[in-house]
Amino acid sequence: MKSNTADMVFEGLLRIADDNLILGHRTSEWCGHAPTLEEDLALPNIALDLIGHAQTLYCLACEINSRYKNEDQLAFLRLEHEYKNLLLVEQENGDFGNTVLRLFYFSTFMKYFWERVKINCCFKKLKEFSEKAFLETSYHSRYASQWVVTLGDGTDESNLKMSNAISNLEPFLGELFNNDDFTEMCSQNDFLPEPTSIFESWKNEVEAILQKGNLNFPDIILKKRGGRKGEHSEAFGYLLSDLQYMQRAYPNSSW
Amino acid sequence: MARKQNEKIVSLEEFQEKIDRDEKIEPKDSMPEAYRKTLIRQIGQHAHSEVVGMLPEGNWITRAPTLRRKLSLLAKVQDEAGHGLYLYCAAETLGKSRMEMNQELLSGKAKYSSIFNYPTPTWADIGAIGWLVDGAAIMNQIPLCRCSYGPYARAMIRICKEESFHQRQGYEIMLTLARGTKAQKEMAQRALNRWWWPSVMMFGPSDADSPNTENSVKWKIKRYTNDELRQKFVDAIVPQAEKIGLTVPDKDLKWDKKRNNGQGGYAYGEINWDEFWRVVRGDGPMNNERISAKQKAWNEGSWVRAAAHAHALKKQTALQAAE
Repeated sequence: MKSNTADMVFEGLLRIADDNLILGHRTSEWCGHAPTLEEDLALPNIALDLIGHAQTLYCLACEINSRYKNEDQLAFLRLEHEYKNLLLVEQENGDFGNTVLRLFYFSTFMKYFWERVKINCCFKKLKEFSEKAFLETSYHSRYASQWVVTLGDGTDESNLKMSNAISNLEPFLGELFNNDDFTEMCSQNDFLPEPTSIFESWKNEVEAILQKGNLNFPDIILKKRGGRKGEHSEAFGYLLSDLQYMQRAYPNSSW
Repeated sequence: MARKQNEKIVSLEEFQEKIDRDEKIEPKDSMPEAYRKTLIRQIGQHAHSEVVGMLPEGNWITRAPTLRRKLSLLAKVQDEAGHGLYLYCAAETLGKSRMEMNQELLSGKAKYSSIFNYPTPTWADIGAIGWLVDGAAIMNQIPLCRCSYGPYARAMIRICKEESFHQRQGYEIMLTLARGTKAQKEMAQRALNRWWWPSVMMFGPSDADSPNTENSVKWKIKRYTNDELRQKFVDAIVPQAEKIGLTVPDKDLKWDKKRNNGQGGYAYGEINWDEFWRVVRGDGPMNNERISAKQKAWNEGSWVRAAAHAHALKKQTALQAAE
């Protein structure tokens, strides 16, 4: 792989891996605290998939960039500004409705993302991985969509909470579909799809689900952004203190 | 308890004969009320223990030291939720609803294993729980795969397979720490010091003080007494600790060739029963925190459950209207 291609692949893998790790981290915070025992099973299960995706992607990234010796170094030992995840995934969970709505937005996006990678990706190992990732994110999207409909349609109280969740997450959606020089380069090189190319499919599906739940589709305008450049929100620092605690407190140890 | 009118009522003697023939008792079979009550209590407590047990371990998911450990812990805690679900279902076959059992857990009326009222301050506690707590649970649970009540016995087969995997995982965490840096080894030893006695106590009061044991053995719900199982546990764990260079915190621990009918076993020190009863009665280090966490989750989830109920009713009404 040429060095500028390697840089592109490394950065692209990191973006997706960080999104998955951080959303997996947030989702795992529900373990033992969910509204029903079934959800106590489902949410850790989804967190397991998300963090599992991150692990695979970090491993692929390490194969490309010899500066990092293993996946844990990438997951645990970077500084805050070196994480490239979306601001959407690092926000605190909020209530169960906010959690499932965010999961629905993200996993529906990733479902179409992986679907495109499956069809066209110059990096063979990622193309192979996308088969599994597509199936799993499709399941996450379906699970979350059922809750969005249920909570939107359920009671006046739950409908109000879901409307609040829509407003709450609205400022973070623009970043999900924001093209930049990097995403354009990835697309031109047949590596990753441009986020805007996913918008139509995403919008059709999300709008239909929200409608079933008597909820309004949000305005997607680029408001809060910065995650892709390593500029994070306050909540992220606390998340990292949890995530990195052991590796920082006991450096150079095997676990 | 609701019974079908045509259900054949068997006498205590007939019931005992069936048990003695090693026939399984199934949900629709006639059974003495005390047998039913004992099982509901035991299976309910077991289910609650799985669910409350998710908390001390779930604590460490976000702080697990590597991705591999994080994924294993997530999978493990998820297994515990699954065990809770199976067990509530098994208890429901005896006529008590999951909702009722849950209310008893939240109100403090129902018990769960006291072991989960101890804290997990370090990563090594996750290793110690897997190794010792799941180890003790397996000692208790393997005989339950042959329990006289069919649904419980069948649930236990799968649960035991998963628990023994968890135990190996926990031991492997301890092994890695024991072979690690000085700080890691000390962390492992401190966790063993914390969890040893509570784990030994997990088998319950000694046989002389265990009022439920006699009937449970007679009805083949239990196959071994508390003290017999405790001895098996100590005999299994002591060499495992030695192998990884950790010290079991009991100065009276020594090999006693008279134990286990002359085959030899470890004699161990006096158990602090005052501590045992104190924790059972609610005064352990984390009793309040565990129940408060479950109450908080339940209360904060009430709007979600109400919405799910309302949505299901609307769907049903729409379906009926369409027919």
